[in-house]
Formats: sequence, C-alpha cells, structure tokens
Amino acid sequence: MQTSNASTKTYHPFIVFHQRLFRSKPLGGFGGVVFAIFLLGGVFADLLAPYGMNETNMFNSLQSPSLSYLMGTDHLGRDVFSRILYGAQLSVIVGFLAAGLATIISVILGVVTGYFGGKTDMLIQRFVDAWMTFPDLVLLIVVVSIVGPGTTQIVIILGCLYGIAGSRIIRGSVVSIRENMYTHAAQSMGAKTLHILWFHILPNVMPVVIVLFTTRVGAVILAEAGLSFLGLGIPPPSPTWGSMLSGSGRTYMYLGPWLALAPGICLTVMVYAINIYGDALRDMLDPRMRGR
Amino acid sequence: MRLLIIRRLLALLPTLIFTSIIVFASIRMIPGDVIDLMLAQNDISTGNDRAVIEAALGLDQPIYIQYFVWVVDVLSGDLGRSLWQNTPVTEQLALTLPITFELGFLALLVALSVAIPIGIYSAMRQDSMGDYITRSFSLLMLAVPSFWLATLVMVFPSVWWRWAPPLQYTPFLEDPVANLAHMSVPAILLGLSLSAVTMRMTRTMMLEVLRQDYIRTARAKGLKENIVIVRHALRNCLIPVVTLVGLQAPLLIGGAVILEQIFVIPGMGLMLLEAVFQRDYPVVTGVFLVVGVSILLINLVVDLTYSLLDPKVRS
Repeated sequence: MQTSNASTKTYHPFIVFHQRLFRSKPLGGFGGVVFAIFLLGGVFADLLAPYGMNETNMFNSLQSPSLSYLMGTDHLGRDVFSRILYGAQLSVIVGFLAAGLATIISVILGVVTGYFGGKTDMLIQRFVDAWMTFPDLVLLIVVVSIVGPGTTQIVIILGCLYGIAGSRIIRGSVVSIRENMYTHAAQSMGAKTLHILWFHILPNVMPVVIVLFTTRVGAVILAEAGLSFLGLGIPPPSPTWGSMLSGSGRTYMYLGPWLALAPGICLTVMVYAINIYGDALRDMLDPRMRGR
Repeated sequence: MRLLIIRRLLALLPTLIFTSIIVFASIRMIPGDVIDLMLAQNDISTGNDRAVIEAALGLDQPIYIQYFVWVVDVLSGDLGRSLWQNTPVTEQLALTLPITFELGFLALLVALSVAIPIGIYSAMRQDSMGDYITRSFSLLMLAVPSFWLATLVMVFPSVWWRWAPPLQYTPFLEDPVANLAHMSVPAILLGLSLSAVTMRMTRTMMLEVLRQDYIRTARAKGLKENIVIVRHALRNCLIPVVTLVGLQAPLLIGGAVILEQIFVIPGMGLMLLEAVFQRDYPVVTGVFLVVGVSILLINLVVDLTYSLLDPKVRS
C-alpha cells in the first residue's frame, strides 16, 4: 500500500505521459486501449482460446456463431474465435518483431547518414530513393519468391523493407539536431563521436523513433496480412488473419459468410486503433511531424 | 525549361542505376536449392540440366560482367524468356502492362472524383461534424485492407442477392461495356484506398490556401463565396494535390497486384504472382524492373508537369 499523498506520489513517466495523452487526445487514447486489448488477447491466446487453433471437429463444420462457438466454425469445424485469438498472437509477434527490427535499421542508417553526411550519405540516399520507388507489396513478393515464405523470413524482410524507407525520417531529424548548440558545444569540448551520437543525438531523436515504431507496427501487420492472403506469408496451418480470408477459405464463405467477417474486422479495427494512437503520440511528442 | 528537363534527368540517373542494381541483386539472390526446385518443377525441353538453367539466368560468369551483360540486354529491350512458356518476357509485358495501367487510371478517376469534393467540403467546414466524419472515414480507409473489401464484395452480394461481380476479362477494344463492367469493381476498391490519402491532402492544401492574403482580398472585394472557392482557392490548391496524387503510383500498382488476383484481371500483377508461384524468375525480375522504372518515369513526368503548371517553380 502506498501511503504518500497525491502531490508527492510519483508515477512512472509512461503512466504520466498517458494520463496527459488521455486528457488532450481522448480518441488517440481510446485507440491505445483497443490496441492493448488485441495485444493482451494475442499474448494470452493460449489461456483465452476455448479450443485449439487447429482442433477440428467435422460434426460441427460451418456452424454459424453461437454460444459455444462465438464466431462460428469453418469448413473443418475449427473454432473461428480461437483462431482469431491465435491470429492476433501471430500478428502481434510479427508486428512487434518486424517493426522493432525496422526501427533499429532506420535509426542506425538515419543517424549515420544524417550525422556524417558527405559522399556515403549521398550514395545511401540514392539507394533509399531507388528502394522506395518499388511498391511495398511488389518488393515483398519478389523477395519472398526468393527466400521462401515463413515467419522468420517475413519478419526479416518486413524489417528491412520498412527500416530502409524509415531511415529518411530519422535522418531528417538528425540533420537538424546536428546543427544545435549543444552538439557544437560537445564537439568543441572534444567529445568522442560515439559519445555525441549516444548522449546527444539519440536521446533527441527518441520521440521520432517512438512514433516511427508505433506507425510501423500497423503497417507491418497490414503487409503481413496481404502477403498471407496471397499465400506468400506465414504458411498454413498457422491461423493468420490474412490467410483466413484467402482464396481457399473463400469457397466456404458462400456457405458461411461469417468466415469473411471476423478476420477482416479484427485487422481493420486493430490497424485503425494503432493509427489513431500513433497520430496522438506524434502530435504530443513531435509536433513538427504533424501531417506527415 | 529544357535545362530543367535535362537537370531532372541527370538527377534521376543515380536512382535509376540503384534501381537496376536492386533488380539485378534479386536475380543473384536466387539460391542454389531454388534452381533445384526449378529443375524439379519445370519441365524444360532443352534438357533438365543445372548448367542450362544457370546459363539461362547468366549465373556462370563473374558478377560485374553479369551485371553489364544484363544492363545491355535490358537496354536493347531483352528481358529474357519465360522458363515456363518460353516466350520473351517483353512480349508478355506488352500484353499485361496496358491492362494494369487501365485499372490504375480508372482507380485514379474514382479517387479524384471522390476525394477532391469531400476534401474541399472538409476544409471549408473545418472542425464541424461533417469534417470530423470525413476525416475519421479517411483514416478508416487507410486501415481497411483492400483484399478484405474485395472478399466482402465477392461473398455478400452473391449470398444475399445471387449477384457476383463478373470475373471474365474482355479486352477494351473488343467490348468496352463488358470490359468496364469487369474493371469497375476493382477500380472502385483501389480508388477508395487512394482517395483516403487524397482526401487528407486536399483538405490540408485547401486549409493552407484559404488562409492566404489573396483569398481575404477576394472576399473583401465582395466576390461570391463560390467564386472565391472555385476560381481562387481551388486553382491554387489543385496543382500540389494532383502532383502528390501522381506520387502515389506505388500505392496504385501495389494494390493492383492483389485486386488483379482476386478479380482475375490478366494484368502485370497477376503475371507477377503466377510467375512467383511457378518460380519463373526471368518473368519475376522483368516485372520487378518494369514496375520500378515506370514509377520513376511517372514521378519524373509529374515533377515536370508541376514545374510547367506552377510559375513559382518554373522560374
């Protein structure tokens, strides 16, 4: 039990920040809550799911939603609700890992090119230009066609894809931080480059990094769903939301239209929630990025 | 103006080189076991020989020579032959590219005709209920995957009213009505996802323009609000909007891949997917290159049009 009174009670900065976020951006806060629900649903899928993700029951195939099957069953009698929960788990895993990898790549590329500039920067920037020319999905399809589908591959590919594209944003803010007084001061005091990067540049790009990570989670989840839908994502029988909507399942949707609803609604609501939460974060952390 | 074109072309050159390197690297990244798989999957009449395929992919030479050979081939219009059908990749592309462009063009029409009026309305009634609704809607459209919308369009009308969108492709010149009947549903779906971005851009631009001094002057002159909006605000806000929309070409082509697959449109996207599943790598890299280069060219044209239209940039 905490006994101190409210004025001296100190909360974790994360909580303080979110209290402020809820007050000034209720919609964004709401998005954060919805996303947290999906996150918890995915993390505790093993406990929450009433049936196994691939538990088949041919006597109960294509049942419409009922009390025992909240979202109905598919053509193999698998419980859609359980599969949605495990699908959330996969989305969350892929989303966080790939967005995390993407953010790390963006930060390394962005900080190095933005801080040092020069010829390397120019070369890398032209490469990023060329990279961003290709539509995400086309690039993904081509790379998957070479390395083959699979969870690890998808995470690495998505991480590289969004990491390289995102380095632009980090680079932009590093370039402006580089010209700040405190950076020049550190340089003139003879601080080592690594010290400047770690203690002066990195903490100041953190707001941008956090926003970038959040928006990437949504983008990655959508991209993975698109790939799985085309049969190029995480291979079956893993229940990803994208593959639940894909061609083979579509045949049975005419008999059980509820099969078409749950994965799409979950995908849309989750990505929408992340987007509005990310927008709110951006408005609060980095007003300069507004509208980008 | 000519100087400007030359300067833009020169600036494009490094990007173009990197684009070609990325495409080339994708050919090189094809691992050995994939060639084994190709041997197992494809019944190539010239003999199921590893060396034949490696030679067909040009993998038997040092890498820089491979690159130069490949670039010279590409520049002379040779993208290799399909391992599956043994037809030149360029021939297939000539058939599929116009279909994808038609889909993209129709989607662009849909996007502009939906997004620009709504964006203007949203800006004129800033922070009203209508503005709030359209903004939430456009944010929502950014989150809805087009393949899900397409699935809904395929499933529910057929369950409820026994109606399904046509899936039989007819060339436009053969029967324009049948062609448009087939293309319209995917074009609307593709256009909707583009309209979300366009709506936001139109609104932002319009808000910016409406705050300008010349708008206040126009109003102070006693001009009717409609004339102020159409003749003074819209004209100035549309140039950047149209250019920014032009830069969304990757979004259109990427979206086309999925919609072509769902609606069985024999465009470049379907060609790419079929090639991926058949491990027909010359076709995959051919499409990859054409997509990259067409987007670079679209961006260049958009950029030049912008300079042509906007006197501030022209000088």
